Amino acid sequence: MTDVAQDVIAIIKKKARVDRSEIGMDDKLLDLGLESLDALELVFDIEEKFNIEIPVNANDANIGGFETVGDVVREVEKLIATKA
Amino acid sequence: MHRVVVTGLGAVTPLGHDAASYWAGLKKGEDGIRPVESIPPDKLNQKVLGEVKGFDSQKHFTDRQLPILDRVSQFAIVAAKQAIAHAGISFDGELSERTAAILGTGVGGMTTIDESFKRLYEDQQPRVYPLTIPKLMVNAPASQVSMYCGLRGPSFAVASACASATHAIGLSFQMLRSGSIRAAVTGGAEACITFGGIRGWEAMRVMAPDKCRPFSKDRKGMIIGEGAAIMVLETEEDARKRGADILAEIIGFGMSADAKDITAPDEGGMVRAIKGALNDAKLNGEDVQYINAHGTGTTANDRTETAALKTALGDHARNLAISSTKSMIGHALGAAGALELVATVMSLREGVIAPTINYLGPDPECDLDYVPNEARQTKIDAALSNSFAFGGLNAVLVARRYNG
Repeated sequence: MTDVAQDVIAIIKKKARVDRSEIGMDDKLLDLGLESLDALELVFDIEEKFNIEIPVNANDANIGGFETVGDVVREVEKLIATKA
Repeated sequence: MHRVVVTGLGAVTPLGHDAASYWAGLKKGEDGIRPVESIPPDKLNQKVLGEVKGFDSQKHFTDRQLPILDRVSQFAIVAAKQAIAHAGISFDGELSERTAAILGTGVGGMTTIDESFKRLYEDQQPRVYPLTIPKLMVNAPASQVSMYCGLRGPSFAVASACASATHAIGLSFQMLRSGSIRAAVTGGAEACITFGGIRGWEAMRVMAPDKCRPFSKDRKGMIIGEGAAIMVLETEEDARKRGADILAEIIGFGMSADAKDITAPDEGGMVRAIKGALNDAKLNGEDVQYINAHGTGTTANDRTETAALKTALGDHARNLAISSTKSMIGHALGAAGALELVATVMSLREGVIAPTINYLGPDPECDLDYVPNEARQTKIDAALSNSFAFGGLNAVLVARRYNG
Protein backbone atom coordinates (compact mmCIF):
# COMPACT_ATOMS: atom_id res chain seq x y z
CA MET A 1 0.00 0.00 0.00
CA THR A 2 1.34 3.44 -0.90
CA ASP A 3 1.92 6.21 1.65
CA VAL A 4 -0.91 8.18 0.09
CA ALA A 5 -3.27 5.23 0.50
CA GLN A 6 -2.29 4.84 4.12
CA ASP A 7 -2.82 8.52 4.83
CA VAL A 8 -6.19 8.59 3.05
CA ILE A 9 -7.35 5.50 4.89
CA ALA A 10 -6.30 7.02 8.21
CA ILE A 11 -8.41 10.10 7.46
CA ILE A 12 -11.39 7.99 6.36
CA LYS A 13 -11.09 5.85 9.48
CA LYS A 14 -11.49 8.93 11.66
CA LYS A 15 -14.77 9.86 9.96
CA ALA A 16 -16.24 6.37 9.51
CA ARG A 17 -19.32 5.72 11.61
CA VAL A 18 -18.92 1.95 11.66
CA ASP A 19 -16.29 0.34 13.79
CA ARG A 20 -13.76 -1.35 11.53
CA SER A 21 -10.32 -2.41 12.57
CA GLU A 22 -9.24 -2.64 8.93
CA ILE A 23 -10.34 -0.44 6.06
CA GLY A 24 -9.24 -1.62 2.61
CA MET A 25 -9.18 -0.20 -0.89
CA ASP A 26 -12.31 -2.12 -1.90
CA ASP A 27 -14.48 -0.90 0.97
CA LYS A 28 -17.45 1.16 -0.18
CA LEU A 29 -17.74 4.64 1.36
CA LEU A 30 -21.48 4.17 1.97
CA ASP A 31 -20.83 0.96 3.90
CA LEU A 32 -18.57 2.94 6.21
CA GLY A 33 -21.57 5.05 7.22
CA LEU A 34 -20.21 8.27 5.75
CA GLU A 35 -23.09 10.72 5.49
CA SER A 36 -23.02 13.69 3.14
CA LEU A 37 -21.69 16.17 5.71
CA ASP A 38 -19.05 13.63 6.79
CA ALA A 39 -17.98 13.33 3.18
CA LEU A 40 -17.47 17.09 2.96
CA GLU A 41 -15.31 17.01 6.08
CA LEU A 42 -13.43 14.06 4.61
CA VAL A 43 -12.71 15.96 1.40
CA PHE A 44 -11.58 18.95 3.46
CA ASP A 45 -9.22 16.87 5.59
CA ILE A 46 -7.72 15.21 2.50
CA GLU A 47 -7.29 18.56 0.73
CA GLU A 48 -5.57 19.97 3.80
CA LYS A 49 -3.31 16.95 4.16
CA PHE A 50 -2.10 16.87 0.54
CA ASN A 51 -2.63 20.53 -0.36
CA ILE A 52 -4.78 19.68 -3.37
CA GLU A 53 -8.22 20.68 -4.61
CA ILE A 54 -10.62 17.80 -5.14
CA PRO A 55 -13.38 18.89 -7.51
CA VAL A 56 -16.49 17.74 -5.68
CA ASN A 57 -20.11 18.76 -5.90
CA ALA A 58 -22.22 17.79 -2.89
CA ASN A 59 -25.25 17.50 -5.18
CA ASP A 60 -23.80 14.39 -6.82
CA ALA A 61 -25.49 11.16 -5.79
CA ASN A 62 -22.27 9.62 -4.55
CA ILE A 63 -19.95 12.41 -3.63
CA GLY A 64 -17.41 13.19 -6.35
CA GLY A 65 -18.25 9.92 -8.07
CA PHE A 66 -16.30 8.04 -5.41
CA GLU A 67 -17.67 4.65 -4.60
CA THR A 68 -14.79 2.93 -2.87
CA VAL A 69 -11.84 3.92 -0.74
CA GLY A 70 -9.64 2.99 -3.72
CA ASP A 71 -11.46 5.53 -5.92
CA VAL A 72 -10.53 8.27 -3.46
CA VAL A 73 -6.91 7.12 -3.21
CA ARG A 74 -6.50 6.98 -7.00
CA GLU A 75 -8.00 10.46 -7.43
CA VAL A 76 -5.71 11.87 -4.74
CA GLU A 77 -2.67 10.23 -6.36
CA LYS A 78 -3.69 11.64 -9.74
CA LEU A 79 -4.12 15.17 -8.30
CA ILE A 80 -0.76 15.00 -6.53
CA ALA A 81 0.90 13.90 -9.78
CA THR A 82 -0.77 16.73 -11.71
CA LYS A 83 0.47 19.22 -9.16
CA ALA A 84 4.06 17.98 -9.25
CA MET B 1 -55.43 33.22 27.42
CA HIS B 2 -53.02 31.03 29.29
CA ARG B 3 -50.84 31.97 32.24
CA VAL B 4 -47.14 31.51 31.45
CA VAL B 5 -44.65 30.24 34.00
CA VAL B 6 -40.90 29.63 34.23
CA THR B 7 -40.00 26.11 35.34
CA GLY B 8 -36.32 25.68 34.43
CA LEU B 9 -33.18 27.79 34.22
CA GLY B 10 -29.81 27.20 32.60
CA ALA B 11 -26.84 29.50 32.22
CA VAL B 12 -23.22 29.67 31.10
CA THR B 13 -21.67 32.83 32.50
CA PRO B 14 -18.42 34.46 33.68
CA LEU B 15 -19.56 33.67 37.24
CA GLY B 16 -20.16 29.98 36.67
CA HIS B 17 -21.32 27.47 34.13
CA ASP B 18 -24.79 26.83 35.53
CA ALA B 19 -27.70 28.91 36.78
CA ALA B 20 -27.12 28.12 40.46
CA SER B 21 -23.47 29.22 40.52
CA TYR B 22 -24.32 32.25 38.40
CA TRP B 23 -27.00 33.34 40.88
CA ALA B 24 -24.74 32.60 43.85
CA GLY B 25 -22.05 34.82 42.29
CA LEU B 26 -24.53 37.62 41.63
CA LYS B 27 -25.75 37.57 45.23
CA LYS B 28 -22.18 37.74 46.49
CA GLY B 29 -21.46 40.70 44.24
CA GLU B 30 -18.67 38.79 42.54
CA ASP B 31 -16.92 40.62 39.70
CA GLY B 32 -16.74 38.37 36.63
CA ILE B 33 -14.92 40.98 34.59
CA ARG B 34 -11.29 39.85 34.59
CA PRO B 35 -8.08 40.01 32.56
CA VAL B 36 -8.56 38.78 28.99
CA GLU B 37 -7.31 35.24 28.38
CA SER B 38 -8.65 34.21 24.98
CA ILE B 39 -6.90 36.94 22.98
CA PRO B 40 -3.19 37.81 23.38
CA PRO B 41 -3.19 40.94 25.60
CA ASP B 42 -0.66 42.81 23.46
CA LYS B 43 -3.13 42.76 20.57
CA LEU B 44 -5.83 44.64 22.47
CA ASN B 45 -6.18 47.96 24.23
CA GLN B 46 -9.00 46.49 26.30
CA LYS B 47 -7.43 44.45 29.08
CA VAL B 48 -10.52 43.14 30.90
CA LEU B 49 -13.69 41.47 29.61
CA GLY B 50 -16.53 39.28 30.90
CA GLU B 51 -15.17 36.03 29.51
CA VAL B 52 -16.62 32.61 30.29
CA LYS B 53 -13.41 31.07 31.61
CA GLY B 54 -12.62 27.37 31.82
CA PHE B 55 -15.46 26.24 29.56
CA ASP B 56 -14.39 22.74 28.57
CA SER B 57 -15.98 21.90 25.22
CA GLN B 58 -14.67 18.33 25.39
CA LYS B 59 -16.64 17.78 28.59
CA HIS B 60 -19.92 18.57 26.86
CA PHE B 61 -19.42 17.34 23.30
CA THR B 62 -17.73 14.52 21.40
CA ASP B 63 -14.96 15.04 18.85
CA ARG B 64 -17.49 14.30 16.16
CA GLN B 65 -19.98 16.89 17.41
CA LEU B 66 -17.56 19.73 18.00
CA PRO B 67 -16.36 20.78 14.52
CA ILE B 68 -19.83 22.08 13.54
CA LEU B 69 -20.51 23.88 16.85
CA ASP B 70 -19.35 27.47 17.22
CA ARG B 71 -18.72 28.56 20.80
CA VAL B 72 -22.09 30.37 20.78
CA SER B 73 -23.95 27.16 19.88
CA GLN B 74 -22.04 25.25 22.55
CA PHE B 75 -23.12 27.77 25.19
CA ALA B 76 -26.72 27.57 23.97
CA ILE B 77 -26.91 23.77 23.99
CA VAL B 78 -25.30 23.45 27.43
CA ALA B 79 -27.63 26.07 28.93
CA ALA B 80 -30.70 24.57 27.24
CA LYS B 81 -29.96 21.08 28.53
CA GLN B 82 -29.52 22.46 32.06
CA ALA B 83 -32.83 24.32 31.86
CA ILE B 84 -34.67 21.23 30.63
CA ALA B 85 -33.10 19.07 33.36
CA HIS B 86 -33.96 21.72 35.95
CA ALA B 87 -37.58 21.78 34.75
CA GLY B 88 -37.69 17.99 34.87
CA ILE B 89 -39.65 17.96 31.66
CA SER B 90 -39.37 15.51 28.79
CA PHE B 91 -40.38 16.55 25.32
CA ASP B 92 -41.92 13.42 23.90
CA GLY B 93 -44.45 13.01 21.13
CA GLU B 94 -47.02 15.73 20.72
CA LEU B 95 -45.42 18.06 23.29
CA SER B 96 -42.24 18.14 21.23
CA GLU B 97 -44.22 19.40 18.24
CA ARG B 98 -45.73 22.17 20.33
CA THR B 99 -42.53 23.33 22.00
CA ALA B 100 -40.65 26.31 20.59
CA ALA B 101 -36.89 26.87 20.51
CA ILE B 102 -36.54 30.62 20.11
CA LEU B 103 -33.18 32.16 20.91
CA GLY B 104 -31.76 35.64 20.79
CA THR B 105 -28.30 36.17 19.35
CA GLY B 106 -26.66 39.45 18.44
CA VAL B 107 -24.00 38.35 15.99
CA GLY B 108 -24.05 34.54 15.73
CA GLY B 109 -20.92 32.52 15.12
CA MET B 110 -18.36 35.29 15.58
CA THR B 111 -15.51 32.89 16.42
CA THR B 112 -16.12 30.99 13.19
CA ILE B 113 -16.29 34.18 11.14
CA ASP B 114 -13.08 35.46 12.69
CA GLU B 115 -11.11 32.22 12.41
CA SER B 116 -12.33 31.24 8.95
CA PHE B 117 -11.61 34.55 7.30
CA LYS B 118 -8.28 34.88 9.10
CA ARG B 119 -7.27 31.64 7.40
CA LEU B 120 -8.05 33.15 4.01
CA TYR B 121 -6.91 36.75 4.48
CA GLU B 122 -3.98 36.44 6.84
CA ASP B 123 -2.77 32.86 6.67
CA GLN B 124 -3.35 32.71 2.90
CA GLN B 125 -4.84 29.24 3.30
CA PRO B 126 -6.65 28.04 0.19
CA ARG B 127 -9.82 26.81 1.89
CA VAL B 128 -12.06 27.01 4.93
CA TYR B 129 -13.80 24.25 6.89
CA PRO B 130 -16.65 22.90 4.72
CA LEU B 131 -19.40 23.59 7.24
CA THR B 132 -18.30 27.15 7.93
CA ILE B 133 -21.66 28.57 6.81
CA PRO B 134 -24.03 26.43 8.92
CA LYS B 135 -21.63 26.96 11.81
CA LEU B 136 -21.60 30.76 11.68
CA MET B 137 -25.22 31.47 10.72
CA VAL B 138 -27.14 33.49 13.28
CA ASN B 139 -29.81 30.81 13.72
CA ALA B 140 -27.27 28.07 14.41
CA PRO B 141 -27.73 28.23 18.22
CA ALA B 142 -31.54 28.02 17.90
CA SER B 143 -31.32 25.19 15.37
CA GLN B 144 -28.75 23.24 17.37
CA VAL B 145 -30.90 23.55 20.52
CA SER B 146 -33.93 22.30 18.59
CA MET B 147 -31.88 19.31 17.37
CA TYR B 148 -30.06 18.46 20.59
CA CYS B 149 -33.24 18.74 22.67
CA GLY B 150 -35.68 17.28 20.14
CA LEU B 151 -37.92 20.37 19.91
CA ARG B 152 -40.06 20.32 16.78
CA GLY B 153 -42.26 23.38 17.15
CA PRO B 154 -41.50 26.96 16.03
CA SER B 155 -37.77 27.66 16.06
CA PHE B 156 -35.82 30.68 14.90
CA ALA B 157 -33.28 33.25 15.95
CA VAL B 158 -34.21 36.73 17.08
CA ALA B 159 -31.65 39.42 16.33
CA SER B 160 -32.09 42.80 17.97
CA ALA B 161 -28.55 43.30 19.28
CA CYS B 162 -28.62 43.86 23.06
CA ALA B 163 -32.38 43.17 23.25
CA SER B 164 -32.33 39.87 21.29
CA ALA B 165 -32.94 37.54 24.23
CA THR B 166 -35.67 39.72 25.70
CA HIS B 167 -37.45 39.81 22.35
CA ALA B 168 -37.02 36.02 22.03
CA ILE B 169 -38.49 35.37 25.48
CA GLY B 170 -41.23 37.94 24.87
CA LEU B 171 -42.30 36.24 21.64
CA SER B 172 -42.27 32.84 23.36
CA PHE B 173 -44.41 34.33 26.14
CA GLN B 174 -46.94 35.69 23.66
CA MET B 175 -47.14 32.39 21.78
CA LEU B 176 -47.70 30.52 25.04
CA ARG B 177 -50.28 32.98 26.29
CA SER B 178 -52.25 32.71 23.04
CA GLY B 179 -52.13 28.92 23.16
CA SER B 180 -50.24 28.42 19.90
CA ILE B 181 -47.52 26.48 21.73
CA ARG B 182 -47.42 24.57 25.03
CA ALA B 183 -43.80 25.06 26.02
CA ALA B 184 -40.74 27.02 24.97
CA VAL B 185 -37.01 26.67 25.42
CA THR B 186 -36.00 30.27 25.05
CA GLY B 187 -33.36 32.81 25.96
CA GLY B 188 -30.17 33.93 24.32
CA ALA B 189 -26.54 33.11 23.62
CA GLU B 190 -23.54 35.16 22.60
CA ALA B 191 -19.84 34.45 22.12
CA CYS B 192 -18.50 37.61 20.59
CA ILE B 193 -15.10 37.81 22.25
CA THR B 194 -12.79 37.48 19.27
CA PHE B 195 -9.90 39.63 18.11
CA GLY B 196 -11.95 41.18 15.29
CA GLY B 197 -15.05 41.63 17.43
CA ILE B 198 -13.31 43.31 20.34
CA ARG B 199 -11.29 45.56 18.02
CA GLY B 200 -14.67 46.64 16.65
CA TRP B 201 -15.90 47.48 20.14
CA GLU B 202 -12.66 49.31 20.91
CA ALA B 203 -13.21 51.42 17.80
CA MET B 204 -16.56 52.57 19.22
CA ARG B 205 -14.75 53.92 22.31
CA VAL B 206 -17.55 52.94 24.67
CA MET B 207 -15.78 50.42 26.89
CA ALA B 208 -14.51 51.11 30.40
CA PRO B 209 -10.84 50.16 30.83
CA ASP B 210 -11.18 48.61 34.28
CA LYS B 211 -14.60 48.15 35.89
CA CYS B 212 -18.22 48.32 34.86
CA ARG B 213 -19.95 50.83 37.19
CA PRO B 214 -23.54 51.27 36.04
CA PHE B 215 -25.34 54.39 37.34
CA SER B 216 -22.25 55.37 39.37
CA LYS B 217 -20.40 58.63 39.36
CA ASP B 218 -17.18 58.40 37.36
CA ARG B 219 -18.48 55.51 35.28
CA LYS B 220 -16.39 54.96 32.19
CA GLY B 221 -18.54 52.76 30.00
CA MET B 222 -19.69 49.23 29.30
CA ILE B 223 -17.59 46.08 29.11
CA ILE B 224 -18.29 43.23 26.71
CA GLY B 225 -19.20 39.85 28.13
CA GLU B 226 -20.37 36.51 26.76
CA GLY B 227 -22.47 33.53 27.76
CA ALA B 228 -25.93 32.07 27.50
CA ALA B 229 -29.09 31.83 29.54
CA ILE B 230 -31.96 29.61 28.55
CA MET B 231 -35.23 28.93 30.34
CA VAL B 232 -38.14 26.59 30.03
CA LEU B 233 -41.51 28.34 29.83
CA GLU B 234 -44.79 26.46 30.05
CA THR B 235 -48.44 27.19 30.43
CA GLU B 236 -49.40 27.22 34.07
CA GLU B 237 -51.91 24.40 33.63
CA ASP B 238 -49.30 22.09 32.06
CA ALA B 239 -46.75 22.93 34.74
CA ARG B 240 -49.24 22.28 37.54
CA LYS B 241 -50.52 19.11 35.93
CA ARG B 242 -47.05 17.59 35.97
CA GLY B 243 -46.31 18.93 39.45
CA ALA B 244 -43.46 21.18 38.33
CA ASP B 245 -41.73 23.59 40.70
CA ILE B 246 -42.86 26.95 39.32
CA LEU B 247 -40.10 29.53 39.69
CA ALA B 248 -41.98 32.65 38.58
CA GLU B 249 -44.65 33.85 36.20
CA ILE B 250 -44.17 36.01 33.10
CA ILE B 251 -47.06 38.43 32.87
CA GLY B 252 -46.22 41.16 30.39
CA PHE B 253 -44.09 42.19 27.44
CA GLY B 254 -43.62 45.59 25.82
CA MET B 255 -41.52 46.65 22.86
CA SER B 256 -40.82 49.73 20.83
CA ALA B 257 -38.41 51.29 18.35
CA ASP B 258 -36.92 54.76 18.71
CA ALA B 259 -36.73 55.39 14.95
CA LYS B 260 -34.03 57.96 15.64
CA ASP B 261 -30.42 56.91 15.97
CA ILE B 262 -28.52 53.65 15.45
CA THR B 263 -26.64 53.92 18.77
CA ALA B 264 -27.92 56.78 20.93
CA PRO B 265 -30.54 55.72 23.50
CA ASP B 266 -33.88 57.51 23.51
CA GLU B 267 -35.98 58.17 26.60
CA GLY B 268 -39.22 58.17 24.64
CA GLY B 269 -38.61 54.73 23.18
CA MET B 270 -37.70 53.33 26.59
CA VAL B 271 -40.80 54.83 28.21
CA ARG B 272 -43.10 53.38 25.58
CA ALA B 273 -41.62 49.90 26.05
CA ILE B 274 -41.88 50.10 29.88
CA LYS B 275 -45.45 51.40 29.80
CA GLY B 276 -46.36 48.89 27.12
CA ALA B 277 -45.08 46.05 29.28
CA LEU B 278 -46.97 47.29 32.36
CA ASN B 279 -50.19 47.69 30.36
CA ASP B 280 -49.76 44.23 28.93
CA ALA B 281 -49.34 42.88 32.48
CA LYS B 282 -52.31 44.96 33.70
CA LEU B 283 -50.12 46.43 36.42
CA ASN B 284 -49.56 49.96 37.63
CA GLY B 285 -46.05 51.26 38.16
CA GLU B 286 -46.69 51.14 41.93
CA ASP B 287 -47.09 47.36 41.75
CA VAL B 288 -43.42 46.91 40.80
CA GLN B 289 -40.73 46.67 43.48
CA TYR B 290 -37.65 45.81 41.42
CA ILE B 291 -36.18 46.66 38.03
CA ASN B 292 -33.31 44.73 36.54
CA ALA B 293 -32.03 47.64 34.48
CA HIS B 294 -30.39 47.59 31.09
CA GLY B 295 -27.70 49.54 32.97
CA THR B 296 -24.75 49.17 30.62
CA GLY B 297 -22.47 51.60 32.45
CA THR B 298 -22.23 54.08 29.59
CA THR B 299 -22.86 57.72 30.39
CA ALA B 300 -25.68 57.92 27.88
CA ASN B 301 -27.58 54.71 28.68
CA ASP B 302 -27.65 55.10 32.44
CA ARG B 303 -28.68 58.76 32.33
CA THR B 304 -31.39 58.08 29.75
CA GLU B 305 -32.67 54.94 31.49
CA THR B 306 -32.93 56.82 34.79
CA ALA B 307 -34.92 59.59 33.10
CA ALA B 308 -37.15 57.03 31.39
CA LEU B 309 -37.91 55.26 34.69
CA LYS B 310 -38.90 58.59 36.25
CA THR B 311 -41.13 59.46 33.31
CA ALA B 312 -42.74 56.01 33.10
CA LEU B 313 -43.20 55.42 36.84
CA GLY B 314 -43.39 58.95 38.28
CA ASP B 315 -42.51 59.36 41.97
CA HIS B 316 -42.61 55.60 42.43
CA ALA B 317 -39.25 55.44 40.58
CA ARG B 318 -37.71 56.71 43.84
CA ASN B 319 -39.31 53.97 45.95
CA LEU B 320 -38.23 50.91 44.06
CA ALA B 321 -34.94 49.01 43.79
CA ILE B 322 -33.00 49.12 40.52
CA SER B 323 -29.87 47.12 39.82
CA SER B 324 -27.61 46.27 36.93
CA THR B 325 -26.18 42.76 36.93
CA LYS B 326 -24.00 43.84 33.99
CA SER B 327 -21.72 45.35 36.64
CA MET B 328 -20.68 41.76 37.41
CA ILE B 329 -20.79 39.93 34.07
CA GLY B 330 -20.46 42.68 31.49
CA HIS B 331 -22.70 43.04 28.48
CA ALA B 332 -23.33 39.74 26.74
CA LEU B 333 -25.32 41.44 23.96
CA GLY B 334 -27.82 38.92 22.54
CA ALA B 335 -27.67 36.83 25.72
CA ALA B 336 -27.96 39.76 28.12
CA GLY B 337 -31.75 39.91 28.40
CA ALA B 338 -31.95 36.22 29.29
CA LEU B 339 -29.11 36.39 31.81
CA GLU B 340 -30.94 39.31 33.41
CA LEU B 341 -34.31 37.58 33.42
CA VAL B 342 -32.71 34.62 35.21
CA ALA B 343 -31.51 37.08 37.88
CA THR B 344 -34.98 38.64 38.01
CA VAL B 345 -36.73 35.28 38.38
CA MET B 346 -34.37 34.31 41.20
CA SER B 347 -34.94 37.68 42.90
CA LEU B 348 -38.68 37.10 42.86
CA ARG B 349 -38.30 33.57 44.15
CA GLU B 350 -35.81 34.26 46.94
CA GLY B 351 -36.60 37.86 47.86
CA VAL B 352 -33.00 38.88 47.24
CA ILE B 353 -31.89 41.60 44.85
CA ALA B 354 -28.47 41.25 43.20
CA PRO B 355 -26.45 44.46 43.63
CA THR B 356 -24.91 46.96 41.24
CA ILE B 357 -21.24 46.50 42.09
CA ASN B 358 -18.31 48.89 41.63
CA TYR B 359 -20.63 51.74 42.61
CA LEU B 360 -18.66 54.78 43.80
CA GLY B 361 -21.49 57.19 44.62
CA PRO B 362 -24.40 59.06 43.08
CA ASP B 363 -24.21 60.85 39.78
CA PRO B 364 -26.42 63.97 39.59
CA GLU B 365 -28.26 62.47 36.62
CA CYS B 366 -28.57 59.02 38.18
CA ASP B 367 -30.21 59.66 41.54
CA LEU B 368 -32.31 56.56 42.19
CA ASP B 369 -31.77 53.50 44.39
CA TYR B 370 -29.40 51.22 42.46
CA VAL B 371 -28.80 48.68 45.27
CA PRO B 372 -25.14 49.65 45.44
CA ASN B 373 -22.45 47.05 46.05
CA GLU B 374 -24.36 44.66 48.30
CA ALA B 375 -27.29 42.35 47.73
CA ARG B 376 -30.51 43.25 49.52
CA GLN B 377 -33.19 41.08 51.07
CA THR B 378 -36.68 42.31 50.31
CA LYS B 379 -39.90 40.71 49.24
CA ILE B 380 -40.73 41.39 45.62
CA ASP B 381 -44.10 40.75 44.03
CA ALA B 382 -43.38 42.05 40.53
CA ALA B 383 -40.31 43.10 38.60
CA LEU B 384 -39.29 44.47 35.22
CA SER B 385 -36.33 43.37 33.11
CA ASN B 386 -35.23 46.09 30.67
CA SER B 387 -33.31 45.69 27.41
CA PHE B 388 -32.51 48.64 25.17
CA ALA B 389 -30.52 47.83 22.05
CA PHE B 390 -28.37 49.43 19.42
CA GLY B 391 -30.68 50.16 16.55
CA GLY B 392 -33.08 51.85 18.94
CA LEU B 393 -34.89 48.60 19.77
CA ASN B 394 -36.46 48.34 23.22
CA ALA B 395 -37.94 45.31 24.98
CA VAL B 396 -39.23 44.97 28.53
CA LEU B 397 -40.56 41.90 30.33
CA VAL B 398 -42.68 41.85 33.49
CA ALA B 399 -42.33 38.90 35.85
CA ARG B 400 -44.29 38.11 39.01
CA ARG B 401 -43.64 35.99 42.05
CA TYR B 402 -45.67 32.83 41.70
CA ASN B 403 -48.28 32.41 44.39
CA GLY B 404 -50.28 29.59 42.87
